[in-house]
Amino acid sequence: MSEKNKEIFLGPLSKNNPVIVQVLGICSALAVTAQMEPALVMSLSLTAVLAFASVIISLMRNTIPNRIRIIVQLVVIAALVIIVDQILKAFAYEVSKLLSVYVGLIITNCILMGRLEAFALGNKPWPAFLDGVGNGIGYSIILLIIAFFRELLGSGTLFGHQVIPQICYDWGYENNGLMILPPMALIVAGCIIWVQRAKNPEMQED
Amino acid sequence: MKALRNYLNKIKPDFEPGGKYEKLWSVFDGFESFLFVPNTTSGKKGVQIHDSVDSKRVMIIVVLALMPALLVGMYNVGYQHFLAIGEDAGFWATFLFGFISVLPKIVVSYAVGLGIEFIVAQVKHHEIQEGFLVSGMLIPMIVPVDTPLWMIGVATAFAVIFAKEIFGGTGMNVFNVALITRAFLFFAYPGKMSGDNVFVRTSDSFGFGGGKVVEGFSGATPLSFASSNLQPTNIIGEPLSGWDYFFGLIPGSIGETSTLAILIGAVVLLLTGVASWRIMFTVFGGGALMAWIVSACGASVLSVGDQICLGGFAFAAVFMATDPVTGCRTNTGKYIYGFLIGALAIIIRQFNSGYPEGAMLAVLLMNVFAPLIDFYVVEANIKRRLRRANA
Repeated sequence: MSEKNKEIFLGPLSKNNPVIVQVLGICSALAVTAQMEPALVMSLSLTAVLAFASVIISLMRNTIPNRIRIIVQLVVIAALVIIVDQILKAFAYEVSKLLSVYVGLIITNCILMGRLEAFALGNKPWPAFLDGVGNGIGYSIILLIIAFFRELLGSGTLFGHQVIPQICYDWGYENNGLMILPPMALIVAGCIIWVQRAKNPEMQED
Repeated sequence: MKALRNYLNKIKPDFEPGGKYEKLWSVFDGFESFLFVPNTTSGKKGVQIHDSVDSKRVMIIVVLALMPALLVGMYNVGYQHFLAIGEDAGFWATFLFGFISVLPKIVVSYAVGLGIEFIVAQVKHHEIQEGFLVSGMLIPMIVPVDTPLWMIGVATAFAVIFAKEIFGGTGMNVFNVALITRAFLFFAYPGKMSGDNVFVRTSDSFGFGGGKVVEGFSGATPLSFASSNLQPTNIIGEPLSGWDYFFGLIPGSIGETSTLAILIGAVVLLLTGVASWRIMFTVFGGGALMAWIVSACGASVLSVGDQICLGGFAFAAVFMATDPVTGCRTNTGKYIYGFLIGALAIIIRQFNSGYPEGAMLAVLLMNVFAPLIDFYVVEANIKRRLRRANA
Protein backbone atom coordinates (compact mmCIF):
# COMPACT_ATOMS: atom_id res chain seq x y z
CA MET A 1 0.00 0.00 0.00
CA SER A 2 1.47 3.30 -1.03
CA GLU A 3 1.94 6.19 1.35
CA LYS A 4 -1.01 8.05 -0.16
CA ASN A 5 -3.37 5.09 0.09
CA LYS A 6 -2.34 4.56 3.67
CA GLU A 7 -3.30 8.14 4.41
CA ILE A 8 -6.65 7.64 2.67
CA PHE A 9 -7.34 4.56 4.76
CA LEU A 10 -6.07 5.72 8.15
CA GLY A 11 -7.18 9.37 8.03
CA PRO A 12 -10.86 8.71 8.74
CA LEU A 13 -9.99 6.58 11.77
CA SER A 14 -9.01 9.59 13.86
CA LYS A 15 -7.84 12.91 12.38
CA ASN A 16 -10.63 13.03 9.80
CA ASN A 17 -13.23 10.90 11.53
CA PRO A 18 -16.66 11.20 9.90
CA VAL A 19 -18.61 11.25 13.18
CA ILE A 20 -16.55 13.27 15.63
CA VAL A 21 -14.67 15.57 13.25
CA GLN A 22 -17.06 16.06 10.35
CA VAL A 23 -20.09 15.41 12.60
CA LEU A 24 -21.89 13.27 10.03
CA GLY A 25 -24.11 10.27 10.71
CA ILE A 26 -25.17 11.52 14.13
CA CYS A 27 -28.80 10.34 13.83
CA SER A 28 -27.92 6.69 13.67
CA ALA A 29 -25.28 7.16 16.37
CA LEU A 30 -28.11 8.27 18.66
CA ALA A 31 -30.59 5.67 17.60
CA VAL A 32 -28.78 2.35 17.59
CA THR A 33 -26.20 2.72 20.36
CA ALA A 34 -28.26 1.80 23.42
CA GLN A 35 -26.78 -1.70 23.10
CA MET A 36 -23.59 -3.11 21.60
CA GLU A 37 -25.17 -5.69 19.32
CA PRO A 38 -27.31 -3.42 17.12
CA ALA A 39 -24.45 -0.90 17.07
CA LEU A 40 -22.08 -3.57 15.76
CA VAL A 41 -24.51 -4.79 13.10
CA MET A 42 -25.25 -1.23 12.05
CA SER A 43 -21.51 -0.51 11.79
CA LEU A 44 -20.90 -3.56 9.64
CA SER A 45 -23.86 -2.74 7.39
CA LEU A 46 -22.76 0.82 6.87
CA THR A 47 -19.14 -0.14 6.23
CA ALA A 48 -20.18 -2.72 3.65
CA VAL A 49 -22.57 -0.37 1.87
CA LEU A 50 -20.07 2.47 1.88
CA ALA A 51 -17.19 0.34 0.57
CA PHE A 52 -19.18 -1.19 -2.28
CA ALA A 53 -20.94 2.05 -3.20
CA SER A 54 -17.57 3.81 -3.41
CA VAL A 55 -16.18 1.15 -5.75
CA ILE A 56 -19.26 1.11 -7.98
CA ILE A 57 -19.48 4.90 -8.25
CA SER A 58 -15.74 5.10 -8.86
CA LEU A 59 -16.00 2.58 -11.70
CA MET A 60 -18.81 4.57 -13.27
CA ARG A 61 -17.33 7.98 -12.57
CA ASN A 62 -16.39 8.74 -16.16
CA THR A 63 -19.80 7.82 -17.57
CA ILE A 64 -22.08 9.54 -15.02
CA PRO A 65 -23.43 12.80 -16.44
CA ASN A 66 -22.66 15.54 -13.96
CA ARG A 67 -26.23 16.84 -13.74
CA ILE A 68 -27.81 13.59 -12.59
CA ARG A 69 -24.97 12.27 -10.45
CA ILE A 70 -26.92 12.56 -7.17
CA ILE A 71 -29.71 10.36 -8.51
CA VAL A 72 -27.21 7.81 -9.74
CA GLN A 73 -25.51 7.74 -6.36
CA LEU A 74 -28.83 7.30 -4.62
CA VAL A 75 -29.81 4.40 -6.84
CA VAL A 76 -26.54 2.63 -6.12
CA ILE A 77 -26.81 3.21 -2.38
CA ALA A 78 -30.47 2.22 -2.25
CA ALA A 79 -29.82 -1.01 -4.12
CA LEU A 80 -26.99 -1.92 -1.72
CA VAL A 81 -29.03 -1.00 1.36
CA ILE A 82 -31.91 -3.19 0.21
CA ILE A 83 -29.51 -6.10 -0.22
CA VAL A 84 -28.09 -5.57 3.27
CA ASP A 85 -31.57 -5.24 4.73
CA GLN A 86 -32.71 -8.49 3.13
CA ILE A 87 -29.59 -10.30 4.32
CA LEU A 88 -30.19 -9.11 7.87
CA LYS A 89 -33.82 -10.15 7.75
CA ALA A 90 -32.82 -13.59 6.50
CA PHE A 91 -29.91 -14.33 8.83
CA ALA A 92 -30.22 -12.02 11.82
CA TYR A 93 -33.93 -11.40 12.21
CA GLU A 94 -33.83 -10.38 15.90
CA VAL A 95 -31.20 -7.69 15.36
CA SER A 96 -32.93 -6.54 12.22
CA LYS A 97 -36.10 -5.99 14.26
CA LEU A 98 -34.08 -3.99 16.83
CA LEU A 99 -32.61 -1.80 14.11
CA SER A 100 -36.03 -1.40 12.49
CA VAL A 101 -36.00 1.53 10.08
CA TYR A 102 -32.41 2.52 10.74
CA VAL A 103 -30.99 0.06 8.22
CA GLY A 104 -33.25 1.59 5.59
CA LEU A 105 -32.16 5.01 6.71
CA ILE A 106 -28.54 4.22 5.82
CA ILE A 107 -29.64 5.62 2.45
CA THR A 108 -29.91 9.06 4.00
CA ASN A 109 -26.74 8.77 6.08
CA CYS A 110 -24.70 11.86 5.32
CA ILE A 111 -21.43 9.92 5.41
CA LEU A 112 -22.41 7.97 2.29
CA MET A 113 -23.35 10.86 0.05
CA GLY A 114 -20.50 12.90 1.45
CA ARG A 115 -17.82 10.33 0.63
CA LEU A 116 -19.26 9.52 -2.78
CA GLU A 117 -19.43 13.19 -3.73
CA ALA A 118 -16.10 14.16 -2.23
CA PHE A 119 -13.99 11.15 -3.03
CA ALA A 120 -15.35 8.28 -5.11
CA LEU A 121 -16.45 10.52 -7.99
CA GLY A 122 -12.90 11.72 -8.56
CA ASN A 123 -10.73 8.71 -7.74
CA LYS A 124 -9.84 5.26 -9.03
CA PRO A 125 -11.63 2.20 -7.58
CA TRP A 126 -8.86 0.99 -5.23
CA PRO A 127 -8.38 4.27 -3.36
CA ALA A 128 -12.17 4.73 -3.37
CA PHE A 129 -12.56 1.31 -1.78
CA LEU A 130 -9.97 2.15 0.88
CA ASP A 131 -11.68 5.46 1.55
CA GLY A 132 -15.04 3.73 1.95
CA VAL A 133 -13.71 1.08 4.31
CA GLY A 134 -11.71 3.66 6.26
CA ASN A 135 -14.71 5.91 6.80
CA GLY A 136 -16.88 2.93 7.63
CA ILE A 137 -14.41 1.79 10.28
CA GLY A 138 -14.08 5.35 11.59
CA TYR A 139 -17.85 5.46 12.02
CA SER A 140 -17.87 1.99 13.59
CA ILE A 141 -15.23 2.85 16.19
CA ILE A 142 -17.24 5.79 17.47
CA LEU A 143 -20.51 3.89 17.44
CA LEU A 144 -19.01 1.01 19.39
CA ILE A 145 -17.40 3.30 21.98
CA ILE A 146 -20.71 5.09 22.54
CA ALA A 147 -22.61 1.80 22.69
CA PHE A 148 -20.06 0.36 25.12
CA PHE A 149 -20.62 3.12 27.66
CA ARG A 150 -24.35 3.32 27.13
CA GLU A 151 -24.93 -0.40 27.54
CA LEU A 152 -22.46 -0.81 30.40
CA LEU A 153 -23.76 2.09 32.47
CA GLY A 154 -27.36 1.94 31.32
CA SER A 155 -28.06 -1.77 31.53
CA GLY A 156 -25.00 -3.22 33.25
CA THR A 157 -24.49 -5.60 30.32
CA LEU A 158 -22.28 -5.94 27.23
CA PHE A 159 -23.64 -7.74 24.15
CA GLY A 160 -26.49 -8.80 26.44
CA HIS A 161 -24.27 -10.50 29.03
CA GLN A 162 -24.38 -9.28 32.61
CA VAL A 163 -21.06 -7.55 33.35
CA ILE A 164 -21.66 -5.64 36.55
CA PRO A 165 -21.78 -8.26 39.33
CA GLN A 166 -24.90 -8.78 41.39
CA ILE A 167 -23.07 -7.77 44.56
CA CYS A 168 -22.92 -4.16 43.33
CA TYR A 169 -26.69 -4.10 43.03
CA ASP A 170 -27.00 -5.61 46.51
CA TRP A 171 -24.86 -2.75 47.78
CA GLY A 172 -27.21 -0.19 46.30
CA TYR A 173 -25.83 0.39 42.81
CA GLU A 174 -28.45 1.13 40.18
CA ASN A 175 -28.32 1.26 36.41
CA ASN A 176 -28.38 4.75 35.03
CA GLY A 177 -31.66 5.06 33.14
CA LEU A 178 -30.54 8.26 31.46
CA MET A 179 -27.87 6.34 29.53
CA ILE A 180 -30.62 4.45 27.68
CA LEU A 181 -32.18 7.70 26.49
CA PRO A 182 -30.81 9.24 23.26
CA PRO A 183 -29.41 12.48 24.80
CA MET A 184 -26.62 10.57 26.51
CA ALA A 185 -25.36 9.35 23.13
CA LEU A 186 -24.70 12.96 22.21
CA ILE A 187 -23.00 13.64 25.52
CA VAL A 188 -20.80 10.54 25.19
CA ALA A 189 -19.94 11.61 21.62
CA GLY A 190 -19.09 15.03 23.01
CA CYS A 191 -16.76 13.44 25.55
CA ILE A 192 -15.02 11.50 22.77
CA ILE A 193 -14.52 14.74 20.85
CA TRP A 194 -13.21 16.32 24.05
CA VAL A 195 -10.65 13.56 24.58
CA GLN A 196 -9.58 13.61 20.93
CA ARG A 197 -9.09 17.38 20.83
CA ALA A 198 -7.25 17.31 24.13
CA LYS A 199 -4.83 14.73 22.70
CA ASN A 200 -4.39 16.58 19.39
CA PRO A 201 -3.92 20.25 20.21
CA GLU A 202 -3.52 21.11 16.53
CA MET A 203 -7.20 20.18 15.98
CA GLN A 204 -8.54 22.70 18.48
CA GLU A 205 -10.43 25.59 16.98
CA ASP A 206 -10.36 28.94 18.71
CA MET B 1 -11.28 38.16 62.01
CA LYS B 2 -8.22 40.33 62.43
CA ALA B 3 -6.07 37.44 63.59
CA LEU B 4 -7.17 35.42 60.57
CA ARG B 5 -6.34 38.33 58.26
CA ASN B 6 -2.88 38.61 59.79
CA TYR B 7 -2.36 34.86 59.43
CA LEU B 8 -3.37 34.97 55.77
CA ASN B 9 -1.01 37.90 55.20
CA LYS B 10 1.77 35.88 56.77
CA ILE B 11 1.33 32.76 54.61
CA LYS B 12 0.46 34.65 51.43
CA PRO B 13 4.07 34.88 50.08
CA ASP B 14 4.29 31.08 50.05
CA PHE B 15 1.53 30.94 47.50
CA GLU B 16 2.67 33.71 45.23
CA PRO B 17 4.79 32.89 42.16
CA GLY B 18 8.14 31.59 43.36
CA GLY B 19 6.78 30.56 46.75
CA LYS B 20 6.65 27.11 48.29
CA TYR B 21 3.02 26.34 47.41
CA GLU B 22 2.90 28.27 44.13
CA LYS B 23 0.75 25.55 42.54
CA LEU B 24 -1.98 26.01 45.12
CA TRP B 25 -2.41 29.73 44.44
CA SER B 26 -6.00 29.30 43.18
CA VAL B 27 -7.00 27.48 46.36
CA PHE B 28 -5.45 30.13 48.57
CA ASP B 29 -6.92 32.93 46.53
CA GLY B 30 -10.35 31.29 46.74
CA PHE B 31 -10.28 31.19 50.50
CA GLU B 32 -8.92 34.68 50.79
CA SER B 33 -11.52 36.26 48.57
CA PHE B 34 -14.25 34.18 50.16
CA LEU B 35 -13.45 35.77 53.48
CA PHE B 36 -12.19 39.27 52.75
CA VAL B 37 -12.68 40.45 49.17
CA PRO B 38 -13.91 42.99 48.21
CA ASN B 39 -13.53 45.36 51.10
CA THR B 40 -13.36 48.45 48.95
CA THR B 41 -16.08 50.86 47.95
CA SER B 42 -15.94 53.79 45.57
CA GLY B 43 -13.69 56.68 46.53
CA LYS B 44 -14.90 59.95 47.96
CA LYS B 45 -14.00 61.83 44.78
CA GLY B 46 -15.63 61.53 41.39
CA VAL B 47 -19.04 60.31 40.31
CA GLN B 48 -18.50 56.55 40.18
CA ILE B 49 -20.58 54.26 42.33
CA HIS B 50 -19.13 50.97 43.41
CA ASP B 51 -20.21 49.22 46.57
CA SER B 52 -18.75 46.13 48.11
CA VAL B 53 -21.54 43.78 47.04
CA ASP B 54 -20.08 41.33 44.54
CA SER B 55 -21.27 37.95 43.35
CA LYS B 56 -19.83 36.22 46.41
CA ARG B 57 -21.82 38.36 48.80
CA VAL B 58 -24.93 37.97 46.65
CA MET B 59 -24.53 34.23 46.91
CA ILE B 60 -24.09 34.36 50.65
CA ILE B 61 -27.38 36.26 50.91
CA VAL B 62 -29.13 33.58 48.85
CA VAL B 63 -27.68 30.88 51.10
CA LEU B 64 -28.95 32.79 54.13
CA ALA B 65 -32.37 33.10 52.51
CA LEU B 66 -32.39 29.35 52.05
CA MET B 67 -31.82 28.70 55.75
CA PRO B 68 -35.48 28.93 56.93
CA ALA B 69 -36.58 26.44 54.29
CA LEU B 70 -33.66 24.16 55.12
CA LEU B 71 -34.32 24.20 58.87
CA VAL B 72 -38.05 23.60 58.47
CA GLY B 73 -37.20 20.93 55.91
CA MET B 74 -34.95 19.16 58.43
CA TYR B 75 -37.65 19.33 61.08
CA ASN B 76 -40.16 17.99 58.58
CA VAL B 77 -37.92 15.04 57.70
CA GLY B 78 -37.91 14.09 61.38
CA TYR B 79 -41.62 14.85 61.76
CA GLN B 80 -42.61 12.59 58.86
CA HIS B 81 -40.31 9.85 60.13
CA PHE B 82 -41.70 9.78 63.64
CA LEU B 83 -45.22 10.07 62.29
CA ALA B 84 -44.55 7.03 60.13
CA ILE B 85 -43.26 4.92 63.02
CA GLY B 86 -45.97 6.23 65.32
CA GLU B 87 -43.75 7.80 67.96
CA ASP B 88 -43.84 11.22 69.56
CA ALA B 89 -40.19 12.10 69.97
CA GLY B 90 -40.39 15.75 71.02
CA PHE B 91 -39.14 18.79 69.16
CA TRP B 92 -35.38 18.37 69.55
CA ALA B 93 -35.23 14.67 68.75
CA THR B 94 -37.40 15.31 65.71
CA PHE B 95 -35.11 18.06 64.50
CA LEU B 96 -32.00 16.05 65.29
CA PHE B 97 -33.24 13.14 63.21
CA GLY B 98 -33.82 15.44 60.27
CA PHE B 99 -30.46 17.14 60.80
CA ILE B 100 -28.42 13.94 60.70
CA SER B 101 -30.44 12.68 57.73
CA VAL B 102 -29.91 15.80 55.66
CA LEU B 103 -26.38 16.85 56.67
CA PRO B 104 -24.57 14.07 54.74
CA LYS B 105 -26.34 15.18 51.55
CA ILE B 106 -25.13 18.76 52.03
CA VAL B 107 -21.59 17.54 52.68
CA VAL B 108 -21.56 15.30 49.60
CA SER B 109 -23.01 18.00 47.37
CA TYR B 110 -20.47 20.60 48.48
CA ALA B 111 -17.52 18.22 48.51
CA VAL B 112 -18.14 16.94 44.99
CA GLY B 113 -19.11 20.28 43.47
CA LEU B 114 -16.39 22.36 45.07
CA GLY B 115 -13.86 19.60 44.46
CA ILE B 116 -14.54 19.77 40.74
CA GLU B 117 -14.50 23.58 40.75
CA PHE B 118 -11.15 23.61 42.53
CA ILE B 119 -9.64 21.08 40.14
CA VAL B 120 -10.91 22.91 37.05
CA ALA B 121 -9.71 26.26 38.34
CA GLN B 122 -6.31 24.77 39.13
CA VAL B 123 -5.98 23.14 35.70
CA LYS B 124 -7.03 26.29 33.84
CA HIS B 125 -5.11 28.60 36.20
CA HIS B 126 -8.27 30.56 36.86
CA GLU B 127 -9.41 32.04 40.11
CA ILE B 128 -11.87 29.86 41.95
CA GLN B 129 -15.33 31.24 41.46
CA GLU B 130 -18.00 31.14 44.08
CA GLY B 131 -20.78 29.93 41.80
CA PHE B 132 -21.22 26.65 43.57
CA LEU B 133 -22.04 28.14 46.96
CA VAL B 134 -25.73 28.39 46.15
CA SER B 135 -26.02 25.33 43.92
CA GLY B 136 -24.39 23.19 46.58
CA MET B 137 -27.05 24.24 49.07
CA LEU B 138 -29.92 23.92 46.61
CA ILE B 139 -29.07 20.39 45.52
CA PRO B 140 -29.71 18.65 48.86
CA MET B 141 -32.90 20.67 49.31
CA ILE B 142 -34.58 19.52 46.12
CA VAL B 143 -34.04 15.76 46.45
CA PRO B 144 -36.12 13.26 48.41
CA VAL B 145 -34.67 12.33 51.77
CA ASP B 146 -34.02 8.73 50.78
CA THR B 147 -31.84 9.54 47.77
CA PRO B 148 -28.59 7.55 48.15
CA LEU B 149 -25.53 9.72 48.68
CA TRP B 150 -23.57 8.25 45.78
CA MET B 151 -26.36 9.23 43.41
CA ILE B 152 -26.20 12.82 44.63
CA GLY B 153 -22.44 12.73 44.12
CA VAL B 154 -22.69 11.38 40.57
CA ALA B 155 -25.46 13.79 39.62
CA THR B 156 -23.64 16.77 41.11
CA ALA B 157 -20.48 15.87 39.23
CA PHE B 158 -22.44 15.50 36.01
CA ALA B 159 -24.21 18.82 36.45
CA VAL B 160 -21.11 20.80 37.41
CA ILE B 161 -19.07 19.41 34.51
CA PHE B 162 -21.67 19.27 31.75
CA ALA B 163 -23.99 22.10 32.69
CA LYS B 164 -21.41 24.57 33.96
CA GLU B 165 -17.71 23.99 33.36
CA ILE B 166 -17.94 23.13 29.67
CA PHE B 167 -19.92 26.32 29.08
CA GLY B 168 -17.15 28.33 30.70
CA GLY B 169 -17.85 28.16 34.42
CA THR B 170 -19.79 30.37 36.78
CA GLY B 171 -22.02 32.90 35.07
CA MET B 172 -21.82 31.23 31.66
CA ASN B 173 -24.19 28.31 32.20
CA VAL B 174 -27.34 28.00 30.11
CA PHE B 175 -29.16 25.81 32.62
CA ASN B 176 -29.63 26.07 36.33
CA VAL B 177 -26.96 23.72 37.73
CA ALA B 178 -29.03 22.52 40.69
CA LEU B 179 -31.97 21.70 38.46
CA ILE B 180 -29.74 19.80 36.04
CA THR B 181 -28.62 17.73 39.02
CA ARG B 182 -32.21 16.99 39.85
CA ALA B 183 -33.16 16.32 36.25
CA PHE B 184 -30.24 13.89 35.96
CA LEU B 185 -31.37 12.06 39.09
CA PHE B 186 -34.97 12.08 37.92
CA PHE B 187 -34.26 10.51 34.54
CA ALA B 188 -31.36 8.30 35.54
CA TYR B 189 -32.81 6.84 38.72
CA PRO B 190 -36.59 7.35 38.52
CA GLY B 191 -37.20 4.74 41.19
CA LYS B 192 -35.33 6.83 43.74
CA MET B 193 -36.72 10.21 42.76
CA SER B 194 -40.44 9.69 42.45
CA GLY B 195 -43.12 7.36 43.67
CA ASP B 196 -44.37 6.62 47.15
CA ASN B 197 -41.29 5.15 48.81
CA VAL B 198 -38.69 7.88 48.78
CA PHE B 199 -40.15 11.00 50.36
CA VAL B 200 -40.42 9.70 53.92
CA ARG B 201 -37.50 8.02 55.63
CA THR B 202 -38.88 4.95 57.39
CA SER B 203 -35.55 3.41 58.41
CA ASP B 204 -33.22 4.81 61.07
CA SER B 205 -30.47 7.35 60.39
CA PHE B 206 -27.08 6.17 61.70
CA GLY B 207 -28.88 3.98 64.22
CA PHE B 208 -31.01 6.81 65.51
CA GLY B 209 -34.80 6.77 65.48
CA GLY B 210 -35.41 3.15 64.49
CA GLY B 211 -38.88 1.71 64.70
CA LYS B 212 -41.63 -0.15 62.93
CA VAL B 213 -43.84 1.59 60.40
CA VAL B 214 -47.42 1.94 61.57
CA GLU B 215 -50.38 0.22 59.96
CA GLY B 216 -51.90 2.08 57.01
CA PHE B 217 -48.74 4.03 56.18
CA SER B 218 -48.45 5.48 52.68
CA GLY B 219 -45.52 7.61 51.58
CA ALA B 220 -47.39 9.28 48.73
CA THR B 221 -47.07 13.05 48.40
CA PRO B 222 -50.17 15.24 48.10
CA LEU B 223 -49.34 15.85 44.46
CA SER B 224 -49.25 12.16 43.66
CA PHE B 225 -52.68 11.85 45.24
CA ALA B 226 -53.84 14.77 43.15
CA SER B 227 -52.41 13.35 39.94
CA SER B 228 -54.61 10.29 40.43
CA ASN B 229 -57.52 12.59 41.31
CA LEU B 230 -57.72 11.57 44.97
CA GLN B 231 -58.15 13.88 47.92
CA PRO B 232 -54.67 14.12 49.52
CA THR B 233 -54.14 12.67 53.00
CA ASN B 234 -51.05 12.67 55.17
CA ILE B 235 -48.86 9.60 55.47
CA ILE B 236 -51.05 7.90 58.05
CA GLY B 237 -54.27 8.57 56.23
CA GLU B 238 -55.59 11.68 57.97
CA PRO B 239 -56.98 14.45 55.76
CA LEU B 240 -54.84 17.51 54.99
CA SER B 241 -55.93 21.11 54.70
CA GLY B 242 -54.55 24.11 52.84
CA TRP B 243 -52.77 25.27 56.00
CA ASP B 244 -50.83 22.00 56.18
CA TYR B 245 -49.62 22.67 52.66
CA PHE B 246 -48.65 26.19 53.65
CA PHE B 247 -46.71 25.28 56.80
CA GLY B 248 -45.21 22.29 55.05
CA LEU B 249 -45.52 19.32 57.39
CA ILE B 250 -46.22 17.07 54.42
CA PRO B 251 -44.05 14.55 52.55
CA GLY B 252 -41.95 16.01 49.76
CA SER B 253 -38.38 16.84 48.76
CA ILE B 254 -36.38 18.13 51.71
CA GLY B 255 -36.47 21.91 51.38
CA GLU B 256 -39.54 22.54 49.30
CA THR B 257 -42.47 21.57 51.53
CA SER B 258 -42.86 24.67 53.68
CA THR B 259 -44.24 27.57 51.67
CA LEU B 260 -44.05 29.77 54.77
CA ALA B 261 -40.30 29.25 55.17
CA ILE B 262 -39.76 29.80 51.47
CA LEU B 263 -41.69 33.07 51.65
CA ILE B 264 -39.43 34.23 54.50
CA GLY B 265 -36.50 33.56 52.18
CA ALA B 266 -38.33 35.42 49.41
CA VAL B 267 -38.71 38.48 51.64
CA VAL B 268 -34.96 38.43 52.35
CA LEU B 269 -34.16 38.16 48.66
CA LEU B 270 -36.54 40.95 47.69
CA LEU B 271 -35.49 43.33 50.48
CA THR B 272 -31.84 42.96 49.59
CA GLY B 273 -32.65 43.27 45.90
CA VAL B 274 -30.87 40.02 45.11
CA ALA B 275 -33.77 38.35 43.31
CA SER B 276 -35.92 39.97 40.67
CA TRP B 277 -39.43 40.71 41.96
CA ARG B 278 -40.60 40.78 38.37
CA ILE B 279 -39.77 37.13 37.86
CA MET B 280 -40.92 36.02 41.30
CA PHE B 281 -44.33 37.66 41.11
CA THR B 282 -45.02 36.65 37.53
CA VAL B 283 -44.19 33.01 38.29
CA PHE B 284 -46.79 33.05 41.06
CA GLY B 285 -49.16 34.98 38.81
CA GLY B 286 -48.79 32.60 35.87
CA GLY B 287 -49.15 29.60 38.16
CA ALA B 288 -52.22 31.03 39.87
CA LEU B 289 -53.91 31.87 36.59
CA MET B 290 -53.26 28.41 35.17
CA ALA B 291 -54.31 26.75 38.43
CA TRP B 292 -57.54 28.78 38.35
CA ILE B 293 -58.24 27.67 34.79
CA VAL B 294 -57.50 24.07 35.71
CA SER B 295 -59.74 24.07 38.77
CA ALA B 296 -62.48 26.01 36.97
CA CYS B 297 -62.49 23.24 34.36
CA GLY B 298 -62.77 20.73 37.17
CA ALA B 299 -59.59 18.97 36.04
CA SER B 300 -58.03 18.92 39.51
CA VAL B 301 -59.06 18.34 43.11
CA LEU B 302 -56.68 21.11 44.21
CA SER B 303 -57.61 24.74 44.66
CA VAL B 304 -55.48 27.61 43.39
CA GLY B 305 -53.84 28.08 46.79
CA ASP B 306 -53.10 24.36 47.08
CA GLN B 307 -51.43 24.32 43.69
CA ILE B 308 -49.15 27.21 44.67
CA CYS B 309 -48.21 25.74 48.06
CA LEU B 310 -47.71 22.14 47.01
CA GLY B 311 -44.64 20.51 45.54
CA GLY B 312 -41.66 22.46 44.34
CA PHE B 313 -43.65 25.32 42.85
CA ALA B 314 -42.94 28.00 45.47
CA PHE B 315 -39.33 26.86 45.82
CA ALA B 316 -38.81 27.06 42.08
CA ALA B 317 -40.45 30.47 41.89
CA VAL B 318 -38.33 31.97 44.65
CA PHE B 319 -34.95 30.26 44.26
CA MET B 320 -34.78 28.67 40.81
CA ALA B 321 -36.55 30.98 38.38
CA THR B 322 -34.84 34.07 39.84
CA ASP B 323 -31.34 32.77 39.08
CA PRO B 324 -29.90 35.82 37.29
CA VAL B 325 -27.55 33.79 35.11
CA THR B 326 -30.09 31.52 33.46
CA GLY B 327 -33.08 33.85 33.44
CA CYS B 328 -34.05 36.78 31.25
CA ARG B 329 -32.07 40.01 31.56
CA THR B 330 -34.52 42.51 30.12
CA ASN B 331 -37.37 43.72 32.31
CA THR B 332 -40.10 42.94 29.79
CA GLY B 333 -38.46 39.59 29.20
CA LYS B 334 -38.61 38.82 32.91
CA TYR B 335 -42.40 39.17 32.94
CA ILE B 336 -42.77 36.78 30.00
CA TYR B 337 -40.20 34.37 31.39
CA GLY B 338 -41.76 34.22 34.85
CA PHE B 339 -45.32 33.96 33.60
CA LEU B 340 -44.49 31.04 31.30
CA ILE B 341 -42.61 29.19 34.05
CA GLY B 342 -45.61 29.42 36.35
CA ALA B 343 -48.11 28.42 33.72
CA LEU B 344 -45.99 25.58 32.32
CA ALA B 345 -45.33 24.13 35.78
CA ILE B 346 -49.05 23.75 36.42
CA ILE B 347 -49.72 22.46 32.89
CA ILE B 348 -47.08 19.73 33.22
CA ARG B 349 -48.30 18.85 36.70
CA GLN B 350 -51.88 18.60 35.53
CA PHE B 351 -51.75 17.06 32.11
CA ASN B 352 -48.77 14.71 32.19
CA SER B 353 -49.66 11.94 34.57
CA GLY B 354 -46.05 10.66 34.40
CA TYR B 355 -44.83 13.79 36.19
CA PRO B 356 -46.80 14.72 39.32
CA GLU B 357 -44.63 17.85 39.60
CA GLY B 358 -43.59 20.09 36.73
CA ALA B 359 -41.72 23.01 38.28
CA MET B 360 -38.27 21.56 37.52
CA LEU B 361 -39.05 20.88 33.87
CA ALA B 362 -40.78 24.24 33.43
CA VAL B 363 -37.77 26.19 34.71
CA LEU B 364 -35.33 24.15 32.61
CA LEU B 365 -37.43 24.62 29.49
CA MET B 366 -37.66 28.36 30.01
CA ASN B 367 -33.90 28.54 30.66
CA VAL B 368 -33.53 27.52 27.03
CA PHE B 369 -35.88 30.25 25.85
CA ALA B 370 -34.58 33.07 28.05
CA PRO B 371 -31.98 34.32 25.51
CA LEU B 372 -34.58 34.16 22.73
CA ILE B 373 -37.07 36.21 24.76
CA ASP B 374 -34.35 38.75 25.51
CA PHE B 375 -33.40 38.93 21.85
CA TYR B 376 -36.91 39.80 20.73
CA VAL B 377 -37.45 42.28 23.55
CA VAL B 378 -34.28 44.10 22.51
CA GLU B 379 -35.23 43.96 18.83
CA ALA B 380 -38.67 45.35 19.58
CA ASN B 381 -37.10 48.15 21.55
CA ILE B 382 -34.73 49.01 18.70
CA LYS B 383 -37.62 49.05 16.24
CA ARG B 384 -39.73 51.28 18.45
CA ARG B 385 -36.96 53.78 18.91
CA LEU B 386 -36.13 53.77 15.21
CA ARG B 387 -39.75 54.55 14.43
CA ARG B 388 -39.66 57.37 16.91
CA ALA B 389 -36.43 58.71 15.46
CA ASN B 390 -37.80 58.56 11.92
CA ALA B 391 -41.14 60.12 12.76
